[in-house]
Amino acid sequence: MSEAQLAARGITRRFGGLLAVDNVSLDLHRGTMHAVIGTNGAGKSTLINILSGELLASEGQVLMDGKDITAWPQPRRARHGLGRSYQRSTIFPTLSVFENCRLAAQADQPQFWQWWRHAQHCSHSRDRAHQVLERTGLKNSADTPAGLLPHGHKRQLEIAMCLAGQPQVLLLDEPLAGMGPEETERILELLQHLKAEHAILLVEHDMDAVFANADLITVMVNGCVIARGAPAEIRANVQVQSAYLGDGPCTH
Amino acid sequence: MNYASKLIPIVVLLALAAFPLTGADYYTGLAIKVMIYAIFALSLQLLVGGAGLISLGHAAFFGIGAYCAALLSPESEAGALVWLLAAALSGTAIYALITGVLALRTRGVYFIMVTLAFSQMAYYVFHDTDVGGGSDGIYLYFRPQLSIGGWMPFDLENPTVYYLFVLACLALTWGFLAMLARSPFGAALTGIRLNEQRMRAAGYSTFPYKLTAYIIGATLAGLAGFLYALKDGFVTPELMTWEQSGLVLLMVILGGVHRIGGAVLGSVTLILLQELFQSQALFGDYAQHWHLSLGLAIIALVALLPNGLAGLSAQWRARRAARISPRSISVSGDLNV
Repeated sequence: MSEAQLAARGITRRFGGLLAVDNVSLDLHRGTMHAVIGTNGAGKSTLINILSGELLASEGQVLMDGKDITAWPQPRRARHGLGRSYQRSTIFPTLSVFENCRLAAQADQPQFWQWWRHAQHCSHSRDRAHQVLERTGLKNSADTPAGLLPHGHKRQLEIAMCLAGQPQVLLLDEPLAGMGPEETERILELLQHLKAEHAILLVEHDMDAVFANADLITVMVNGCVIARGAPAEIRANVQVQSAYLGDGPCTH
Repeated sequence: MNYASKLIPIVVLLALAAFPLTGADYYTGLAIKVMIYAIFALSLQLLVGGAGLISLGHAAFFGIGAYCAALLSPESEAGALVWLLAAALSGTAIYALITGVLALRTRGVYFIMVTLAFSQMAYYVFHDTDVGGGSDGIYLYFRPQLSIGGWMPFDLENPTVYYLFVLACLALTWGFLAMLARSPFGAALTGIRLNEQRMRAAGYSTFPYKLTAYIIGATLAGLAGFLYALKDGFVTPELMTWEQSGLVLLMVILGGVHRIGGAVLGSVTLILLQELFQSQALFGDYAQHWHLSLGLAIIALVALLPNGLAGLSAQWRARRAARISPRSISVSGDLNV
């Protein structure tokens, strides 16, 4: 297999005495939707935060295209092609949907000192914003203030904002949370399209969606990985079944 | 953009420029005070309304600008305007760089406390040491002069010229900040104010943005302080008190945080209200209790105008729209504040 777009090597994170993530390794490849599932408190969000650079790992390495980025702060990782969405919609509520995307696209040509320029005339970020709105099906809401969008559209917007940065890797933290069946379907369809060009990490509680769409599933319990494999293997895994019944094999 | 909205600023500017011709010295002096405070409030508006940084120590920069003017001016003749102005602006910018690097590591209420602490520090340096004449303050005997190879294009000792100079500074500050607000830099500041986490996730290193905004805001406050020192020819540590920082913050809030013009509106309103309630002619003996009436007026204004004076027209429009269709939603103000 080709080199992983993003790889975690032996990631460990302690919060005081609590071992939130324990020696987790995983690879994200373009063309593969890699889902991480696990009970609440299994360390999924901590893992995403370490990969995106919001939290530092106590031990272990994060590699992007083989390059060690463990010490990079989040903005640098993002500029290098690491996009992420949050469990709670993280958007600019008073700005228009278009400006949300335009601002996200502006990040790689920030024009920091060009104070005489008009941000709204910046064709680079404008074009990019139009593209991602088209792609995510939000074109008709371009002028709506983002805070007034229905919940499902806010989640879509967040993905659109990630795409505006033209990422290699997408880290999606529960993109389907709180969505109706139709909206879920729409997002999953989008993700299926996106995975051809992006390596995707999906943290999700909607098991039907995960088992129907993921190519690879990693199961975490109490901070450690207890199983990894294709959906069918995971479904048949005895350890996973018992973990989901509350009898975890990984005891810390 | 229609012609009217382009013409209005020009007409207002011309009207203001013609104001000293009325010959009302008292009102010209008052107008100068209002304009200096308007520059001061505009400089803070960049931080509060632009970057979402609520500073309670902005008076330190005002004071440093003023002290630079007074301390560096020669006692027996007029100093050189260009050098004094450059010294005042760079002095404030350096102080802002040092304190900003430290203060911007905190956020929210801690940022408020740290900026307050730094301004109190500056206050006590000037209040308790002999650097600037201690608590008695220091005099500036001559307004600086602009001299190009012996030729003096204008003389600031002339009150009308000084008035026009302050007006030009205000117009340039306003224009500069309006330009900054619509630039990519300004758009990024708005993003940081609304959701810094998302900005970092999008790839913006937010610290340089905040620090740059902090230094620009401070430098413009230094400009206001410089002009203030020239106005009275007298600088005291009182310019740096936290009440002064609070006053200018109030101007920004009262005017409306999210519009640049709000800061100007707020400073005009607050200073005119101060004058009004201090007026013996109108309030008689009660005028000595002007703090009380001013306080009540401020409470009333803030309670009635949640979006500030500059948000008034939007507030009326929203109310009218709500009367026409009760289900429409008002989007004025920030949803996440």
